[in-house]
Amino acid sequence: MTSPSMPRGDTVYRIDWTLGTDVLDGVCHCGARRRSEDPVELWEWLLAHPAGHEPPARAGGGG
Amino acid sequence: MTAFVRNQWYVAAYGREIGRELFARTILGESLVFYRTTSGRVVALADRCVHRRYPLSESRLEGDTIVCGYHGFTYDQGGTCVFVPGQARIPRTARVASYPVVEQDSFVWVWIGDHDRADPSSIPRAPWLDDPAYTSVSGMEPLAARYQLLVDNLMDLSHETYLHGGYIGTPEVANTPITTEVDEDRGIVYVSRHMADAECPLFYAKSTGIEGRITRWQDIEYHPPCLYLLHSRIAPVGVLPNADGSDPGGFHVEVVYAITPETENSTHDFWAVARDFALGDHEVSDFLAENNRTVVMQDVVALNLLEKVIATEPEGYQELSINIDTGGLAARRILKRMAEAGAAPARPSEAVPS
Ligand code: FES
Ligand SMILES: [Fe+2]
Repeated sequence: MTSPSMPRGDTVYRIDWTLGTDVLDGVCHCGARRRSEDPVELWEWLLAHPAGHEPPARAGGGG
Repeated sequence: MTAFVRNQWYVAAYGREIGRELFARTILGESLVFYRTTSGRVVALADRCVHRRYPLSESRLEGDTIVCGYHGFTYDQGGTCVFVPGQARIPRTARVASYPVVEQDSFVWVWIGDHDRADPSSIPRAPWLDDPAYTSVSGMEPLAARYQLLVDNLMDLSHETYLHGGYIGTPEVANTPITTEVDEDRGIVYVSRHMADAECPLFYAKSTGIEGRITRWQDIEYHPPCLYLLHSRIAPVGVLPNADGSDPGGFHVEVVYAITPETENSTHDFWAVARDFALGDHEVSDFLAENNRTVVMQDVVALNLLEKVIATEPEGYQELSINIDTGGLAARRILKRMAEAGAAPARPSEAVPS
């Protein structure tokens, strides 16, 4: 009941700061993902959606 | 060019501030006068007599009308002039602007913008402040700094470790990574920081009675431009909510800020702390009120300093942002977008003089 409401819209951009590192992990609502150590650069990339956003790699596929 | 976000609801006051006395407050550079009618409704009008600009807030309330303190122009609740001295004809243009008002969650919200765009259902909620299941303390501090500095401050709580060390800051706050989310459709920014095993600051140790280390969650929900919510959950280390969402082992504190620009360089800093424990306990209330006010004042002093620095810095000074700024950067961007949208005319036709 007092638990925080989290985003419920369809257009949610998310940046996780990876525990124990300096790395930020950006995830777009389209599934595209990018790592960065600069939040300014990362927001720019996220909000440029769909420009430069590759659909998420299917099952496994590293890179 | 102003950075104000117009066509939005803002907290103008606590309901308890508005009574049968005329009350002046400037919001987004507009001088307003408030009062409560005999039936209890809050009225907001432009605080400037149409005759010779005398402040209506320095005038007299007579029933539900304001009688200007200079020459007696008399205005009704809607701002229409209903009496002028010495003549029967009331000039057609004799009216002061009235502002849409909604009283909700202990706040008086006022709409700054075009009347026909005011939608009360778009006002974000802070229900704890007016809920018998919570006990609240609250206040307002004048800030001699632009509202953007307060947004930056509240979106990045890592500053608690340094600016509020010994009060609400402990080392873990600055050292715990955060998750930031922007809900683009709803225009909300979320920042959450979950500390699994943290030192318990005095603020929470004394109010909850927890001894030893804690699990401390900070979940920010910012509804730009005005309302900022910090859902704070405190529990003995390792005590988590149940799978069904119930949380009997947790202490919940809802910290609410309303960030209302007064002028371009000053801000009304409303703060409130609602808790779901020690209900009605005056000692705990006094302690939390005094402590939170101390913390707010630490921010006020720091932000007033920053405002002075900004006022005297050379054009084009560049800041440096790091990971802790992820939430603040998101908030700035939404505010910028809202300022642009709020400045645009409602309909293209409105731009054409009739
Ligand atoms: S200034 Fe108000 S009546 Fe003259
Ligand atoms: Fe602070």
